[in-house]
Amino acid sequence: MIGLNHYLLLATILFGIGVYGVFAKRNAVAVLMSVELMLNAVNINFVAINKFIQPSNTIGQLFAIFVIVVAAAEVAVGLALIISIYRLKKSVNLNDFNLMKW
Amino acid sequence: MSFTVNDLIFILTAGLTVGAALGVVFSRNIVHSALFLILAFLGVAGIFFELDAGFLGLVQILVYAGAISVLIIFAIMLVMDVEAGQTNLSNSSRGIHLGGALVALSLAISLGAAIWNSKLSAFLGPRPVSDAVGALAELMLGNYVVAFETAAILLLLAVVGAIILARGVEEK
Repeated sequence: MIGLNHYLLLATILFGIGVYGVFAKRNAVAVLMSVELMLNAVNINFVAINKFIQPSNTIGQLFAIFVIVVAAAEVAVGLALIISIYRLKKSVNLNDFNLMKW
Repeated sequence: MSFTVNDLIFILTAGLTVGAALGVVFSRNIVHSALFLILAFLGVAGIFFELDAGFLGLVQILVYAGAISVLIIFAIMLVMDVEAGQTNLSNSSRGIHLGGALVALSLAISLGAAIWNSKLSAFLGPRPVSDAVGALAELMLGNYVVAFETAAILLLLAVVGAIILARGVEEK
């Protein structure tokens, strides 16, 4: 029988994969994609806890929608930043993004 | 211990999601990563349907699998200049690589063990609402109207900011 802990475990695994991607990738777009995976894991947690602990309202789903909104805004701004930096440095390798380092 | 069709569907969607997420992180071609990402989003949408959150599943398909993946693929097409097989390499520094793997593994194992040993599986709250969309609408335009309006303004600002950032500066 699938219960709350199975959903939470799935979210944990997804979040772990996202954390690994953020650390290990050197392409800025790949890092953004890993962040998206982590946000999706959080959404699974919201909806699963909403269903199993307090299903008489939908606040968990509401917050998942807010997370989706913030994720959409983050992707739009992040990709615009990457394109803008690419125009300047001709690279999307995170190791080359050291303009603000001293 | 009975094994129902629902359990089988959960196992299939969860396996699809995790496999696609691993594909995102481990493919060497960034276009393959993006396509795996769409698959992972669809898997998460399946999980939402499984959790009786049909509206959220549709939002997931529309916003994530539709809009965000198209945005990501467009950005990849705009910034890719080397051969595709080399576009998504791992960080060359071994320390960062191993450190990231260590952080991710310890996070997943410790959280997973805590979840597994907890009594969370015993929870089963009151009966779910049948009209989730109506309840969501009442919350959005009732108690959470300020957050709703803030999210709208945030989206507008993000889109305007993205246009300004991506347009670049004009050469004098």
